[in-house]
Amino acid sequence: MATTLSKLQRRRAGFAYLMIAPGAILLLVFTLFPIVYGLPLAFTNYSAVDTTKWVGMKNFHRAFGDPDFLVALKNSLLYVVVVPIIQLLAILMAVLVNTRLKFVSLFRTAYFIPVVTSMAAAAIAWKWMYEEKGILNYILRSLGLIRQDIAFMVEPSLALAGVMLVTVWKGLGYYMMIYLAGLQSIPAELTEAAKIDGANRWQVIRRITIPLLMPFVLLCSLLSVMGAIRVFDEIFVMHGPKGDPVNSTLVTSVYTYKVAFQDFDFGYAAAIGLVVALIILVFSVLMFRYTRRGGLTYYE
Amino acid sequence: MSSAANLKKIVTAAVVYALLVFTALVCLGPFLWLLSTSLKVNANVYQFPPQLIPRPVNFKNFADVFRIMPLWIYIKNTVFMTGLGVALNAAICTMTAYPLARIVFPARNVIFYAIVSTMILPNAAGMIVNFIVIQKLHLYNTLLGVVLPSAVSVFNIFLLRQAFITVPGEMEFSGRMDGASEFRIFWSIMVPMVRPAIATVVIFDFMGFWNSMIWPIIILDDKDKYPLTAALQYLQGNLSYNFPYIAAGTIISVIPIIAIFLVLQKQFINGMVGAVKG
Repeated sequence: MATTLSKLQRRRAGFAYLMIAPGAILLLVFTLFPIVYGLPLAFTNYSAVDTTKWVGMKNFHRAFGDPDFLVALKNSLLYVVVVPIIQLLAILMAVLVNTRLKFVSLFRTAYFIPVVTSMAAAAIAWKWMYEEKGILNYILRSLGLIRQDIAFMVEPSLALAGVMLVTVWKGLGYYMMIYLAGLQSIPAELTEAAKIDGANRWQVIRRITIPLLMPFVLLCSLLSVMGAIRVFDEIFVMHGPKGDPVNSTLVTSVYTYKVAFQDFDFGYAAAIGLVVALIILVFSVLMFRYTRRGGLTYYE
Repeated sequence: MSSAANLKKIVTAAVVYALLVFTALVCLGPFLWLLSTSLKVNANVYQFPPQLIPRPVNFKNFADVFRIMPLWIYIKNTVFMTGLGVALNAAICTMTAYPLARIVFPARNVIFYAIVSTMILPNAAGMIVNFIVIQKLHLYNTLLGVVLPSAVSVFNIFLLRQAFITVPGEMEFSGRMDGASEFRIFWSIMVPMVRPAIATVVIFDFMGFWNSMIWPIIILDDKDKYPLTAALQYLQGNLSYNFPYIAAGTIISVIPIIAIFLVLQKQFINGMVGAVKG
């Protein structure tokens, strides 16, 4: 080890540093620095107006007395409701497209289209469907499900559910593909053997399909929990930076945006971000604890 | 007996197809409805009961939308932003990943673990600090300011590093025997070997940049520097009295990405699903 590097090794090391430099500098400035600097920032009053001062825990005290933040936090936690809904529907879709029928790959492709389009476009399309004289009310009326038009966008008790539906809808194709890969990874011999041993269909599903699909369920749940907590674009496009109507769609990411980029109250925004990050951390630790038993190690 | 079994098969298939079509309608319905709206003459847009298929089909909104908003400028901005972003990200991530996978050099592990740590540590104030940094670098209201924070991504570095690791050593050795330079080995031997991984990265980046909305809104002050998504988000509030224009603009914004997806669907799906399955 103490021996000096050979000429070749030195030349190769020089080349390596040269290659890594651009990426390393960018990561240092735009990824590592925000992680490090974000922490002290949360304890200052850095903003567009004041001279920056250290304010201790003031931002955190303010956060937990800020009704808007508390509503946002509540709505963000509520948003996690989309996770089981996504899993259930995506699994059903994966089962549906897991056949050898003709044209089925065409349908798989069609289901994936919402995944590749922008959330902005999707949110505009849904906003149009949610119009009071829009197509959704018309469909529900025609089916006899409602008698009066529903104000999906304006009624505070419905607005959040309306956005959640967009989140669910846009993610389904993606999770369906993961579950499809999961279903197809189950060896056919396994189910055949079980059938020969006299297992009925339900037993095969319960004893073979579901246990072998579990790692995929955990992976997808983890991904969609992260997505649910970070939800932003659909709310911003459909209900604006204030989470209208009357805070009913205000979530933490949208509130952080408003505090940072409309009020330019960076210190407070960083503190809010930190609180949310801590909550996510607790969430992930709990989930990892749980998944270790469930076998996410499968992927390592 | 066999005809009963046959009948059962046919009924099952019919039910499955019905479900497949229904699901397709749910998945594509919002965009189809938007398309239908964009092809209507104004008088029919707010008609109730709604007209499902536009009669007459009329492309006037698509022509008008280029006149009433600077759509060409937004398209140009989107293409520039996406092109620059994809090129920078793919090049820089490939360059960063290669030595981490194939060259032994001092401090390699330190650099590698520093990169890993950025994935684990919570980046609570990422956007806020990046905004401050972009301002300090005098890149506020510039395309570079939009692209630079995403010009490298840890996830892509991992993906490419993994691909470089799997390239057999003989390939590199034969190049070395021929006296090729380090850069030549990288460029002419290694990069072609990891083309599928680079394709995945390019697809990810393309989707990410083309669909990005909020960061351009934060960084760009002039509305005529906006990419399509940001412009549509901005205009949908102002133009809501004339929604068919917004519908036409939105349809125009999704056509390129859907077209590219349809051409490269295998790479898209395998890349996006494979990347998380590992």
